[in-house]
Order: sequence, then structure tokens, then C-alpha cells
Amino acid sequence: MSPDTIGIDRSSAMEITVNGTTVSISSSPGRRLSDVLREELGLRGTKVGCDAGDCGACTVLIDGEPVCACLTPAAQASGRAVQTIEALSTPQISPLQASFLRHGAAQCGICTPGMLMAATALLSRVSHPTRLQVEDALGGVLCRCTGYQKIIDAVCDLSQAQPASMPPSGKAVGARVPRLDGMAKVRGTEVFGADYWPENALVVRAIRSPHHRATFQFGDIQAWRTANPGIEAVFTASDIPGINAFGVIPKFADQPALAEGHARFQGEAVAIIAGSADVVTDVDLQDFPVTWVPGPESLTSDAAAEIDAPLIHADRPGNTLVEGFVTTGDASDALNKSAHVIERSIETSYVEHAYIEPEAGSAWLDGDTLVIQACTQAPYMDRDDTAKILGLDPGKVRIIPAAAGGGFGAKLDISLQPLIGLVTLKTGRPCRMVYSRQESMASTTKRHPANMVARIGADAAGNITGMIFDGKFNTGAYASWGPTVAVRVPVHGSGPYRTPNYRATAAAIHTNGPVSGAFRGFGVPQVAILQETIYDELADACGVDRLEFRRQNALRDGDRSVCGQVMHGVGILDCLDALVPHWQAALKTTAAFNVTSTALKRGVGVASCWYGCGNTSLSNPSTIRLGITRHGDLVLHQAAEDIGQGANTVITQICADALGLPLDQFQLIGGDTGLSPDCGKTSASRQTVVTGNAADRAGRALRREILRMSNMGSEARITLSGTNLRIADGAASSEIRLATLPENANGYVLMAEETYDPPTRPLDQNGQGVPYAIYGYGAQMAEIEVDTGLGTVRVRNITTAHDLGRVINPLLAEGQIEGGVAQGLGMALMEEFIPGRTENLHDYLIPSIGDMPHIQSILIEKPDLEGPMGAKGLGEHVLIPTAPAIYNGIRHACGARVTKVPALPHRLLAAIHTAKAAR
Amino acid sequence: MTYFRPTDLSDALQWLSEDHSAADRRIIAGCTDIFPATTAQTIRGPLLDVTAIRELRGITEFSDHWRFGATTTWTDVIRADLPAAFDGLKSAAREVGSVQIQNSGTLAGNLCNASPAADGSPVWLTLDASVELLSLSGSRVLPIATFLLGPRRTALAHGEIMTAILVPKSGAQGRSIFVKLGARKYLVISIAMVAVRLVEQNGLILQISVAVGSCSAVPTRLPLVEAALTNHRLKTPIGTLMTDDMVRVSLSPITDVRGDAAYRLSVATELVRRSITDLAGAPQERAA
Repeated sequence: MSPDTIGIDRSSAMEITVNGTTVSISSSPGRRLSDVLREELGLRGTKVGCDAGDCGACTVLIDGEPVCACLTPAAQASGRAVQTIEALSTPQISPLQASFLRHGAAQCGICTPGMLMAATALLSRVSHPTRLQVEDALGGVLCRCTGYQKIIDAVCDLSQAQPASMPPSGKAVGARVPRLDGMAKVRGTEVFGADYWPENALVVRAIRSPHHRATFQFGDIQAWRTANPGIEAVFTASDIPGINAFGVIPKFADQPALAEGHARFQGEAVAIIAGSADVVTDVDLQDFPVTWVPGPESLTSDAAAEIDAPLIHADRPGNTLVEGFVTTGDASDALNKSAHVIERSIETSYVEHAYIEPEAGSAWLDGDTLVIQACTQAPYMDRDDTAKILGLDPGKVRIIPAAAGGGFGAKLDISLQPLIGLVTLKTGRPCRMVYSRQESMASTTKRHPANMVARIGADAAGNITGMIFDGKFNTGAYASWGPTVAVRVPVHGSGPYRTPNYRATAAAIHTNGPVSGAFRGFGVPQVAILQETIYDELADACGVDRLEFRRQNALRDGDRSVCGQVMHGVGILDCLDALVPHWQAALKTTAAFNVTSTALKRGVGVASCWYGCGNTSLSNPSTIRLGITRHGDLVLHQAAEDIGQGANTVITQICADALGLPLDQFQLIGGDTGLSPDCGKTSASRQTVVTGNAADRAGRALRREILRMSNMGSEARITLSGTNLRIADGAASSEIRLATLPENANGYVLMAEETYDPPTRPLDQNGQGVPYAIYGYGAQMAEIEVDTGLGTVRVRNITTAHDLGRVINPLLAEGQIEGGVAQGLGMALMEEFIPGRTENLHDYLIPSIGDMPHIQSILIEKPDLEGPMGAKGLGEHVLIPTAPAIYNGIRHACGARVTKVPALPHRLLAAIHTAKAAR
Repeated sequence: MTYFRPTDLSDALQWLSEDHSAADRRIIAGCTDIFPATTAQTIRGPLLDVTAIRELRGITEFSDHWRFGATTTWTDVIRADLPAAFDGLKSAAREVGSVQIQNSGTLAGNLCNASPAADGSPVWLTLDASVELLSLSGSRVLPIATFLLGPRRTALAHGEIMTAILVPKSGAQGRSIFVKLGARKYLVISIAMVAVRLVEQNGLILQISVAVGSCSAVPTRLPLVEAALTNHRLKTPIGTLMTDDMVRVSLSPITDVRGDAAYRLSVATELVRRSITDLAGAPQERAA
């Protein structure tokens, strides 16, 4: 491509000094610098999250000052010095990078290059910045994983930036180990979905429905291709060779990879084009020959549930996908006899996952195997769904998970996998696709909006007597995880409290909104908002302190859950107890503040969570393979997708101690379906417990085998040195020479492969059974400040107490908690996705670094015998209590009750006025 | 398809006077608005990039006015040594997007983009600022209120380029404040914002300028509030001088995803009250 610059010097190309080297650029002067760096110069450490200056992932330094590379035309970098993440390692990582690693400031790693560049600019001016200076400097970079606290710590505290030493043999579990896969993340060398493609890969883009509901017909596609030379292929649903219906739950699979004449939501793909990058990247899709006939649409569950509402799927009457139901005792009777009953309803909004990495990946053929490398949380599910759509045997599809730049549930469902697979299958050529921010937000799954009503009763002494709950969950155009939400909500609706009489129904209702799927908590965060805010009013009605009310009603070991399950390892009381001193202190300081403050009012709120780990009453096994090669390589096939939460580290820690070899001797092979057995999906807070148990078993099995071969006792100490295993037990010792052993089919001379599937029992027609083998518990306390004149809220402190059973890695656990709190805070105060309106990161707001409170994490260990070394899940639990704790704090501060989530300032101010009027 | 990035202002004016398929040509600077408006990786011309014209950037004090060059960035403003009357401008500069946006975004771009939520506009109104527009046929100076016509509409004529924002010395007196209300701390588009500049003499409000942004098609001054406060004692409680209606009559907010119209009216009034009270209670201006 020739430069179309004119001006000072028409003849010469632009020259940019990148990381100290002056290079000549052939790109157009109006090309985004981010694109020039990544595409022309191959510097893919600079990430692109939004192309709009909203996320800051692409931050680079120009003449030392941070700018968004996506907003900088190449011409403006001409003659100047550009510094990218690649410049920070020389090749040793810088003290700042080491500090990020040591503090756990990188989780998924997609925002890390932007954070590091912004921090580098700050540190070049201020060597010891304050927290506020760090916030000001990093305010332009969004992070969805960490909650920012560890990033701030990392920038403020470079002092001890030596990497932490690795724990010795047998001491991995419980150690504050920096993530094992962190080096690539802080270097910017991690390979995300958009960062790898085979040479000459075609670029793929999708044509999507601009209407919430429409029928459509294609015009003369051939003529359009002729008018746009360089477009090498156009595919529609008629080109799909297999079954054009996918879905995470096979029984409900209903979503076409490309819609067939009928689009059911705005953003649904109807056709794809492929061609060379220089043609396809910027080709105008507005004139693609497709004619739309918009149809009657329903965008809310109320509208879709009306008797005359048009059906979104002909075979789902009432637009009802599925209903979940749990009942025990006689809830109506119990409420009628209760001393106090509170009934409330709450409506929640679509919430967008807003990971900073839009969906991306590439595809190519390896012989007759279709290989897809893309972001994912569930490689084997991707493989099976993609194979089905493309009419291939699953064995002919290989999924190589790219690093996921955040997931939070939405990357469980396939997105571009069948699209790029189709292009490669049909053309025989490699291809790649990167969703735009708008495309990512419009077309992928969301948290279910919920319309919920509940009545909860208590006796005069403050004991919960019963609860009745009904919720309609807007599941959008296709099934996705709607059935899971409809089942999980009634099972968890009581919260971790003794509720002897209970009746809960939850319906997943189809609408023409975006597909609602999995998002950290599967509907439980929504119901917890309603239940926990009612609890506060009930406690007040009973005249009992709000925390004490929860302690009084907390489930104890041996109690039955609302599903009739006898509970063991119940840690909720321990969590609530841990908050007591903090609660009492906060109540005092809050009251003192409010005496003198008029417009600003402070409040304290508390809320709990429980959450069952793994699939609800369904098999969900994980298989771990652990092998030693004849060369002495200790290899762990760890296919639990690490989407930033830390499975690569945690699973390895468990396996290391089970086997009895030190953590730093392990080599990891990830979830490549061609290389590793299935560890299931990264969802439902299941990886630490389910894959962790498999890793524990595999480690112990290999240990047994080694001890058996060497005829040593169970306490023997194993060391791996070169190609020898040495086994010592007291004075006795033995050696296994690995090179002399025969290799098995997997290339290992010693190997163990173990599977764990959590024991559950089906739920009967009343929802009674054993839905989960293991639960985790937690409670959070929010100290907030309301500006009663503006309706704004500042969350000042969040104190969390979470029961992890056994803390495998405190550093990563804190990271999960802080990140979950950030998402809970966003859900409570600012996040509202409106289809067709907020498909960007400046209208859809997620918390920035300046919105986060100080977060204190108290880690509780109440072991569950079923968990690996006693451990429980944590990933989703951490988000659940945050929003209700904040709302309870708001009500405590000013009496205002939130009835529509999020509590945007205008809604909260109206609620404050309502509360004042009621007084 | 041209991308023209001259170093001389005269070359820019010459280019503007020529016909470069006039309808779709654009003048660009910090590009913090043009890139977010497209998913394309390359912005297509005809484009006049004015960021290489050195004389357009910088802040200069003259005997009777201050001159803010068109391509002066928000970071330039933050780092400049300016009298207290510009404290509000500095606050607004810090509220623009993020450090990254402040490093690229320019004062003229912010005005020419003519967003009702532009952070700079209410401040310029309180400074009695004007814009200097230049074309081959000469230059003209327009008050900000005349330049901003509506959302995304300005009085910039064909062939013209904004060269500077001018603040008369009379507008650079006193002290000032800027308050922005958004649903989060950084990277946020305002729901409402208020700028106030106040000149005090012997405990009296000699002169006060109050402007509100994001609550009408273009940011607007509040003449009734200003009249009600002028010549009153600084320490007079504002509630005794100003009514809510004095604010509301000048505003015509819309309802959007960030807030509804009633809320905007309510908080604009509250922010005006607080801003004036804060500014009145602030210490005397430091020597310029």
C-alpha cells in the first residue's frame, strides 16, 4: 500500500522511532498507531480493547507521555519517539514489572501493558507516588479482573521487587506464590486471541442484524463482491455444512452460527466476509446486499410473557424457556403466622462482562484437522459445538485456547469459532477474526435482567420463618445458560440461612434482547440483592442488629438446605463472626460522622453469600494427566482454563503437594484439545474443587506408583534431579533412572491420569436433592457515603470474609475477592447495558481505578472434606454479597431503598426523595 | 484521499480554500473524537491535520488578553502557570477523559466537536472567552456563545480554521471553580457540570459568572443567578439570594442513559449552589 500523505514532504515515508530504533512506516498517515504497531511492526504487546480511548489498553508513550495508540494517527507519531511494552524488558523485566508479578497485579493480563506504560510515565516524574497520584495516572486504563488494588500496591511499592522465592517440596499449598504464568503477562508477550495468526491469513468480518427482530433476504452478493475487489469469500447460513444450532446445553441448542432468514436480536450475525487484511479491515459493510423487514419485538420479560406476545421460538409457548422450582415446608402458612413479613420487588438490568479483550482468534488446517486458536473458557465444549456446526467429527477439530483476556462467563459460549472455522474449511486457507468492541458487546452474552418479588417472614425473636420468591429472568433470544440460571436461582434464593419453609420459582423468558448467559453467579447475585435487602428491613422490624440477625439465622453444620441437603463444612457463621469487630467499629464512626454532616451521610451494610461449586445435579468431571519423561521433565496437563483467576497456579500447587515435588519443577501443558484431557469448563467456581481434586488424585497416584516401584513407605521424600528420581525414607534411599524406563503412548515413562466428578443427586419435582457436593460461603461489609443532594455514592471500605475451606494461594484469593467486589460495585452503582445504545465503554460504565474502595480480605478456613485438601470454590462467591451490602449501607445512610439496579444517581436521588417523603 | 499535515498556517489555509471534495473534509487535531466515531483502522480524507503547525500551540499573555493556541492540549493547560481565574479551566482539564486524552486532546478540538458535554465549554463561558477563526479572507473573533450553535454544530465557516481561544483580561480576574458530576471517577462523560468565576472586592461580589454544561443543547450562562448575586456580600447565604428557578429557566436538559431531565435540573441547581458557596468561602485569590 502506498502512503497517501501529502504535505511537507510528499516523497518520503514516515519514520517513527520505536523503542529506540527508527523505522520507516508504509502505513497510511491516518492509520491508528495501534494498528501500525501490531500489524506493520509486529509489536503485539500493545493491546486493543475498544478503539475509542475508553479502556487505555493500547497506552504507549510518545516522547515520554502516555497516549492511546488507537487514537493517534500514524502521522502524529512521525519523527517522534514511541515506547511500547516491549521496551520495558531489557531483557530482564523491570522493577515495575517484577512488582506487578509479585503483587498479583496482573490477572488475565490484557490491560497489563497499558497499566505498565501509564505507570512508567508516572514513575519517570514521581519516584514514590501517593495512592492518589497513581489513581490519577492510571485512571485512563480499565481493568476488569483485579479491582485495581494490587495494581496500585504494585506501583506504590517497587521496593522489594525481587521475585518471591518458590516454596519447597510439600509447602506449595497455602503459599503466596505469584502466578506461574505471570511472566508473559507482565512482559506483554502473552498470546491472546488477536495476537497470533498464520501468515497470509484471511481477515473475517461479520454482517449483523441492525434490528432486534427482523426477517431478511440477501440481494446480489456476487455483484457486491465484484464491486469490492479483494473480498475472497462471502458465506451465509446456506453454506454451513452441519447442524446450524449451537448451545452450551445440548438439549436446548438453538442458536445459529449465522441466522437463517430470521434475526432474533440486534447484533446477530447473518453473513461473513473474508479477504486480505488491507481490503476487509475497513471495507464499508453498510451497502452489503441484505434487505431487512423488522418484526414485532419484545425486549423485556414482562412484554414477552404477555399472552399475545409474538413467539420468539415457535416451540416455546409463552416464550418460556424453562422454569425452576424449589419448595420445602409450607411457606404460605409460615408467612401467615409470622410476626413480621416484608415483601419487596426489585428489577435488575442487563450487565455486560466487559472484559477488555474482545473475542478474537484464528483458524487453519493441519492436514485434515481444523485448528482453532481463540479465547475461550471451555475448549472441549468449543470443539464439540464447532464440529457439529461444521459437520465434522470432533476428532477433526482441535481447539488451542489462546490466553483469555477476561471471560467471567461469556467466553463459555462459542462466538467466532464456527465463523472462522467455516472460512478455513471452505477456502482451505488460514483466517483470523477480531471482534470490534461494539460487536463484542452487541453479540455476546449478558447477565440476565431479573424482575423479582419476594416475601420473607420472621418470628418475634428474629428467626426466619419462611420465604416465597418469584423471578422472571430475561434470557434473551437464545437459550445459552438460561436453564442453569432458572435452576440455580431457586436453589440459592434463601441465602446461607435456615429457611424452614420455602417456595421459589424462577422462569427464563425469551425476548429479542441479547442472549443472557453465564456471568459470575448465574442469577444468584440478582436474587441475593432482593433477599439480603429484605433481611435488613426484617432485622429492623424485629429490633435486632442487622449482622446479629444474620448470625442468628445462619446455616450450621447438620442443618438442611432448602433443597433438603444436609450441610457440612458450613462456614457462613465463621465469616459473619469475623466481621463483628469491624461492624461494631464502623457503626460507631458512621454515627459520629452523621451527627455533624448534612448533605453527606454515611452508612454500613452487610450481606452474605453461598454458592454451590460445579454443575447443578449434573456430572461435570475433570481429568488431570501428570507425567514424567525419560529426560526428567515433570509435565502437568492442566486444561482448566486460566482466564486470569489463577487455575494454572492453584491446580499446580495442589498437584505439587500431592505428589511431593517442588512447584518450580512443574511444566504446564494447557487446554489444547489435541494434547490434554478435558478439565471441563471454567465456570460455576468448579476448577479449584473439581480439577483440583483430579490434580490431587493424579499427584497422589503418581506418588504411589513411585513409592511402589522403589518399595518405600508413604512418608518417603521424593526428589527429581536430572533424569533420576531419588526416594528417601529415613536412612533408606532408592533411585529410579528415568531414562531406562519404557515410554508409554503419551511419551511418559511414569504417568498418572485421574478423574474427579463431584457426587450430586438429582433434584426431584420439589427441588429436593443434593445439587452440589461442595459449597463456599462469604460475607461482606460495605461502608459507604451518600451525597443526598446528588444521589451519588462513594464506597469507602469493603471488608470481606470468605470461607475457602483451605486457602491454596492467598495472593490469588485476594485478587479474586478484590476483582469480584469491583464487579459487584459496578453492578450496584453504574452498569446497565441497553441493547443498541450502550455498546461501548463510555456509555456502558465499569468501575475505574478511582471508584474502588479500600478492600480488606479476611480468609476463613472451614474445611470441606470433599474438597481438595479441604478447599472450596471462590470465583463467583465474591461478587454476590457486594451489591446488597452497598444497598444496605445506602438504606442505613439515608433510608433510600433501591428498586431498580443499578442505582444510577438519578434513580438514587429519586429514592432519597421518596424516603424523605415517607418519613 | 489526502492527509495533509502542514507546518505552516498559510499552507493550511490555502488547502482549505481549495476544493477537496468539500463536503466530507475535516480538520483534525488530537483525534480523540474522530477515531472513537469509527471502527475503521484508518481515517480517510480529505483530512487537514493541524498539529504540526507550531504557532497554533501554546498559552501567551498579552497586555489585554490571554491567548490559548488552538492545538494547546489539556496537559499544556494543567502544566501552565496561570492566575487563579483559570483554576476552573485547570480543573476541567484534569476532568477531560484521562491523562491519555489530556495529552492528545486540544482546546479547539473540544470546542469544534461541539458536544453538549464538552468539559471546556462552560469554563470558557465564565471566562468571557472568544474564538479566533482564520481564513484566507481574514480573521474574525466570535464569543463562545455565538460560536456554539447546537449539538455538533458550530459557526465555523467553510475555509476557516480555529486558531486560538482568547480570554480578555477582564475575564481573567478573580477566582474560579469547575465541578463535574459523572457516574464514575475517571473516563466519564458528565451528567452535569458547573463553572463559576467570581471577582471579589471588599467582601462584595463585584462580578460573578456562572455556567452550566450538559443540561442544554449548548452550555449556557445563568444570567438570573449572576444578577441576583452581583453586589451582594460574599458571606450572604446563597439560599437567601438565589432560587432554584433562576437556574432552571436557563436550562433545557434531555433524558439519556446518564440521567433523566428532572435529575439534571435538580443537580445542576445543587451544584451551582455548592460551587458558589465553595468559591465564596475560598481564600482570596493569589497574586497573578
